[in-house]
Amino acid sequence: MSRPMVTYKPSDEVDFVIVGSGAAGGVLAKELSTNGFRVVVLEQGEYLREKDFTHDETKIFLQSLLTNKVNAHPITFRKSADETARKQQAVLYGSCVGGSSVHFTANYWRFHEIDFKEHSKVGDIPGANFADWPISYADLEPYYTKVEWEVGVSGLAGSSPFDPPRSKPYPMPPLPVKGNGVLFEQGCRKLGYHAYPAPMAILSKPRAGRAACMNCGFCLGFGCEVGAKSTSLSSVIPMAEKTGRCEIRPNCYVSRIETDKNGRAVGAVYFDAQRNTHLQKAKAVILAANGAETPRLLLLSASNQFPAGLANSSGYVGKNFMPNSSALAYGTFDEQLNDYKGPAVSRIMHDFYELDPKLGLYGGGGLDARFDFTPISFALNGLAPDTPKWGAGFKQALAHNFTRTLQIFCHGSSLPVESNSFSLDPDVKDAWGLPALRMTFRDHPNDLKMMEWMRARAMEILDAAGAKTKWSFPVQEQQFAVHLLGTCRMGNDPKKSVINADHRTHDVKNLFLCDGSSLVTSGRGQPTMTIQALAYRAADRITALAKRGEISA
Amino acid sequence: MKSFDSARRDFLQLLGGTASAAWLTANWPALVSAAEHAHQAAKSDHPALEVFTAEQAREVEALAACIIPSDETAGAREAGVVYFIDRALKTFFSEAVPVYQKGLEDVQKTTAELFPGVPRFSAATEEQRLKIFSHIVQESERPESGARRLAPGASPDFFQTLRVHTIFGFLVDPEGGGNRDFVGWKAIGRDPSHSFAAPFGFYDKDYPGWQPVSGETEKK
Repeated sequence: MSRPMVTYKPSDEVDFVIVGSGAAGGVLAKELSTNGFRVVVLEQGEYLREKDFTHDETKIFLQSLLTNKVNAHPITFRKSADETARKQQAVLYGSCVGGSSVHFTANYWRFHEIDFKEHSKVGDIPGANFADWPISYADLEPYYTKVEWEVGVSGLAGSSPFDPPRSKPYPMPPLPVKGNGVLFEQGCRKLGYHAYPAPMAILSKPRAGRAACMNCGFCLGFGCEVGAKSTSLSSVIPMAEKTGRCEIRPNCYVSRIETDKNGRAVGAVYFDAQRNTHLQKAKAVILAANGAETPRLLLLSASNQFPAGLANSSGYVGKNFMPNSSALAYGTFDEQLNDYKGPAVSRIMHDFYELDPKLGLYGGGGLDARFDFTPISFALNGLAPDTPKWGAGFKQALAHNFTRTLQIFCHGSSLPVESNSFSLDPDVKDAWGLPALRMTFRDHPNDLKMMEWMRARAMEILDAAGAKTKWSFPVQEQQFAVHLLGTCRMGNDPKKSVINADHRTHDVKNLFLCDGSSLVTSGRGQPTMTIQALAYRAADRITALAKRGEISA
Repeated sequence: MKSFDSARRDFLQLLGGTASAAWLTANWPALVSAAEHAHQAAKSDHPALEVFTAEQAREVEALAACIIPSDETAGAREAGVVYFIDRALKTFFSEAVPVYQKGLEDVQKTTAELFPGVPRFSAATEEQRLKIFSHIVQESERPESGARRLAPGASPDFFQTLRVHTIFGFLVDPEGGGNRDFVGWKAIGRDPSHSFAAPFGFYDKDYPGWQPVSGETEKK
């Protein structure tokens, strides 16, 4: 089906230029263009379509077909400010139209009410820069529902006694249960826990011209060849283009946001594929470039007027980074699960979403059962540590366990720590000569302890499920992140936040930020649903401001 | 950090001492080329070797077969692993050519030391090969070998390098090369079909449908 294509010149002053076409950028593009605005979306990566996707795991993971390419965009890492950062792939994010939504696993939990007001409930935590959100779950609920119905989420309303209130059921039934889900459910029931059908952003039924899931098993890290995964690429971006007012412009690497003498944003400067520079003019700029690249772009946009970086009078740009915490446990079973078929996850449980304060731990998490190995990664990392590394024993273990292994993934909160941050590396440059992204991170001790507690519960569930063998590894400090949260947090106090509840930067009235950087707390490990709900809400707020004439000069 | 992360993280760490994610990212186009070459070469009656001599290829094939042997199911040999490696050394892993050169020399020496009179590894009996290969692995695992401490791309360790390359060549999607006729996937029980329908396995085939715990529906 051919799509109407509108194109604008960089010199055309459009209503909005959006940097990034991922989970948030796609929703904003659709909503704002539908509301009558002229929109240009600048995307760093290519415009790949379903036909370009592949099951060749090596091409996807190692060629980084869908993700950031660290040879051109190097990243450096250090644990603390007194260290010199060294090159390391510390961050992985989507770099194609649709962003990280193209390759995500599609777990679509809503945040719970507690996530928005936890600081008020538990108070300050030593070493953490903990705060409440300026909005509540109730403010976001209509937008969660909109995500479920418009982007497309499969699930079963009311199946978790821990779920927050909802205004509508899911638009589609859950995806088929897998062996991992059945065993996880059995283990949870024995222990008195409540496993339930996982809400997933994958179509269980054909919907809106898109195919239902074919259970190929290549969700995690791959683009969906049939459009059943509810990515921005498969859902909202076609709607945006259909308005005839939105141009998705790929291969555009934005290097700074330009401002005028009055301190207003005038557009985005970018390199095209031939490395020519352009300024896309716009009445307002929205950054949805992810929780690493949005703060980096603000810092790259420093000027005499904004010496610490754009919209950074608080000093909070890039700080309070939260990647979520995690732990894994593995088990094998007598019979074949064949969990390489179908989406990774079919059952989750939220019994530990709010841990009992008597445990002495802050936060909580959710557990799911999954198998998210490819054949190669399973051969290299999916076998128990005492398995032979070569020969008949190695091959026999592969042949027996590839179809009989189950993982329990513990997902949890991260506390915001001010020194955990993204900043500009003073020494390393990217292929365009711009300072590289530098990540500084060390887990808050609570998060490591909390994940150790979760890991022990996961091992108990494996026992209760009847695992024949099981193993796990101690939780370690993280040096690699895919959830990029909290780095331009939302808040009412301009001294302690970067954007207000309308996603407008406190410092620049026609500059808005909306992506993982906007989050104030990390939830319990699955942020994309909330990022998209925020984007729908932000589009409503921005539309209202624009229609009241409060954005234009 | 979650979701797609664990497999990705595993994958990025997968080379266990032989290559970093950054290195792989930088070199992957050539790795794809290597995989595609393996696919073509494996189909050919007379595959072209670009780095190995026929004699070297015979030794590498025999060594890879120690890592993933052929038995009632296919092994590295039938998957065309040696052609994947040959192309890898021509392209993305050219700096490893000395690793293979020295590795093959060491194998020859070990063979001669352990079994005087056996002209080369590939000419040894199965039992002899296992002893020689065990010796090579033990050398690799000695802490003083340094194999696990050096920068991944610069690992001089022959066994670690060969193991990773063999796994790649055995299990890479045939779309990219290697894993000829899906023999690797079949050997580990992965149905090569492109799509599936539930039930998928033993445990879900009689699943009665989700029910609340003890009929409870009240809010916690």
